Parts: sequence; structure tokens; C-alpha cells
Amino acid sequence: MSRFTRGFMGRSANRDPRLPPGQYDTGRSWPVLTAEVTPKLDLATWSFRVEGLVERPSSWTWDEIHALTPGTYEGDIHCVTTWSKLAMTFAGVSVDTLLEVASPLPAATHVMAFSHTGYTTNLPLDDVTGGKAWVAWDVDGQPLPRDHGGPARLLVPHLYFWKSAKWVAGLRLLDQDEPGFWEVRGYHDRGDPWLEQRYQGD
Amino acid sequence: MTSALTPGVPKVGSWQDATVLDIRTETARVKTFRLALARPGAHMAGQHYLVRLTAPDGYTAQRSYSVASPPSDTGEIELTIERLPDGEVSTFLHDETNVGDTIEVRGPIGGWFVWNGHGPALLVGGGSGVVPLMAMLRLARARSNQQVAHLVVSVRTPDDLIYADEVQGPDTTVVYTRETAPGSARAAGRLTRDDLAPRVRADATTFVCGSSRFAEAASDLLIEAGVPVDSIRIERFGPTG
Repeated sequence: MSRFTRGFMGRSANRDPRLPPGQYDTGRSWPVLTAEVTPKLDLATWSFRVEGLVERPSSWTWDEIHALTPGTYEGDIHCVTTWSKLAMTFAGVSVDTLLEVASPLPAATHVMAFSHTGYTTNLPLDDVTGGKAWVAWDVDGQPLPRDHGGPARLLVPHLYFWKSAKWVAGLRLLDQDEPGFWEVRGYHDRGDPWLEQRYQGD
Repeated sequence: MTSALTPGVPKVGSWQDATVLDIRTETARVKTFRLALARPGAHMAGQHYLVRLTAPDGYTAQRSYSVASPPSDTGEIELTIERLPDGEVSTFLHDETNVGDTIEVRGPIGGWFVWNGHGPALLVGGGSGVVPLMAMLRLARARSNQQVAHLVVSVRTPDDLIYADEVQGPDTTVVYTRETAPGSARAAGRLTRDDLAPRVRADATTFVCGSSRFAEAASDLLIEAGVPVDSIRIERFGPTG
């Protein structure tokens, strides 16, 4: 329970119910918060892989992944730095579609998403299946900008957005949870914004 | 990305009270708040704290602010905070908070954009992006007589330079983009490769902090100047109001 801050009244009136606790609406702006240099990736050599505990390790080129059944997400995204951006539209392919091809082994319980930059983030397998996760390359009808992870990023909008790895290169299926880039540095392994799972121990 | 330089990271603590000991005006829009922590914990140069405000109806707002003071065991930290016109938290801190008040903080946070004071560091900041870099420069100056760290800071005008009395000397470079200081040899203009190239060392870790636009431009210039992409660590400031 927080202690009251003397004199602070806040902006709780008319608070949008789509905002999880501790979040604010960033409006039209879309902040960029990346720890690395923004890479320039070549679509001619771009690939996305599914590997690890799967029956058929699989890889798609830019053209091949676009030939799969399209998937879209319409809704909100939430960054651990406390901004949320409401009513966005992303297009790409559902992770379900990719996993159907690769066919996870029964032992697989978690995934490590990895990026072309070396960034990693860990997720329970259940959080990227069942229509909850995408590889996204369009946002609001336009190609995903480089600084927002273009040409393609992972999109797991029900979790804090550091889980939605920019410049995603693939998913590695694992039989245990292993911390990724930020998780090693104190961020939560799951990151549910509605439970405010920001840091380890939350 | 390599992690060999990242020291062990203490766990992010829970919320705690902090008493405002001092409020210092840095520029027209920037103030430094010196806080005494109820439960002191060590931070590394480059880390940040969360500040949380709570209204009588339970509504809360929280934002992240970089620690400007170097690591110390005093149980006190300094947060330097820019007042954003629509910033819910920064306007309250600037306009309503007084010495003696209690606010809630949580931290320290961040284990990537940190420097332990060992090995050379190039620090490149835009505007209020200088704040976490100042913790690093202060650490370098406290530890060593050698120039282990060099700070390059880009600001619009002399009035926008935070820590102006400290950002002086051979371990600093100030780039004015709109209006220079009297007697400045460099004409006003955006950061260029020539501003950075003399400061590049093959063995340095480079820390870039500022707006996303600044971070993109600065990292492109650094790479042009020969800095390995893997040695660049970036902190982009979003609109943390």
C-alpha cells in the first residue's frame, strides 16, 4: 500500500479502464526505449527461426513468412517504464502459425526469443500460444519503423513490452525458464502489467 | 551484445520513503533533488530510481529518474529532474515539493547502462541525458587523476547546460547546437563526427543518453568514427513526465 503524497491529487478522474495500474496514456507519441544501437537489417538476408525442443526446426525468409496466413492484433501495449499506448493495430503472423510448422515437443515449457542484435527475453510457452503472440511487421497500416523493431518484432501485448523483442530473429523452445537480457538484470520473468510484475519479486 | 562489463546487480528493493534534504535549481527547467533514503542501498553510476506519488483516493503515478550522484555510502542520492509542461510527476516535484517532504522511491534499477569506474568510458549526452553520465563522470573524478572518462554533452544554449560549474576541464566537451557560449571556438551546430572522433578510444565503453533522436544520431556518428557497435550502450529518454 502506498503512503499518500502530501498535496498530490493526481489525475484519477476519467482514468481510462484500459490502463493497468501505474500506467499512463502516452497519447499519440510512441516512445523508443532501446539499450542498443538500432540495426539496419537487410530483407534479402533476413530470417526467422524456430529451434530447440521442436520436431522440425524451421526457418523462414522475409518472403516465406509473408506467405503464411496473416495475423493481426488490435489493442493496447504497455511499457514497464509506465507508458501505455492504446488502440494500436499490428499485422504479421501469429506465433501459433509458426509453431504449427515446427511442432513443439511435449517437454517444451518456455521460449527464449532472440534478436538479430543479440537481445533475448524469456517467456512461458503458454504466453506465446493461443492467439496471444505475433511476429509483427506492420503497425497502423505502415511498415514497422526500424527504431520500433522493424523490419519485424515479436509482439506479446498482454505482457510488458520488453518481452516483445525488437528485430526478432527467432524463438528457442526450452524445457525450463532461463532469464533473458533484462531478466538477468532484475526485471520480472513474466511481466504481467495487470499484476505490476515489473521487477524480480513483484 | 556483451555483458562482460556488467557487474553484479543488486535486487530492486521494495518501495521506501525518502526525505527531501535539498532542492537545487540547475537550469530554468531542471532541478536536482537530494534525498535521504530510509533504507540506504548502493547504486551504480548510470542506474535510476522510480518515484511514486499517491493521491488520497489511492491513485498513483510513477516515473523513472536517473541518479546524478556517484555511488556512495551516505544513504543519500541526488535525482536531477527536468520539468515537462504536461508531466504529471515532474510538475508536482518541481512546483509542489519542498525540503522536508517525504516521497516514495524504489531502486536502484538498471544493470546495463552502468559503469563501475574501471576501464575507459566515453560519455555522450544530449540535454538532460547528461544526468546518468554525470554520475559516471563524478565517479571517474573521485577515483582517479587520470582521464578515464570523457564527457561530450550537447545542449541548445549555455542556459540549458546542467551542472555548468562541473562540466568544465579537459575531461569534458560541450557542443552548443543553437547558441554558443561567449568565446567558444566552435560555431553553433549539431553534434558531428569531428566532435567525437578525438575522444574515441578502441578500449572504451561508450554510453549514449538522450532523446531517441539524439541517441540515433550520436550512435551513427560514433560508428562512423570507428566505435565498435557492441561497445555502445544506450539509454533513450522517453517522455517520462
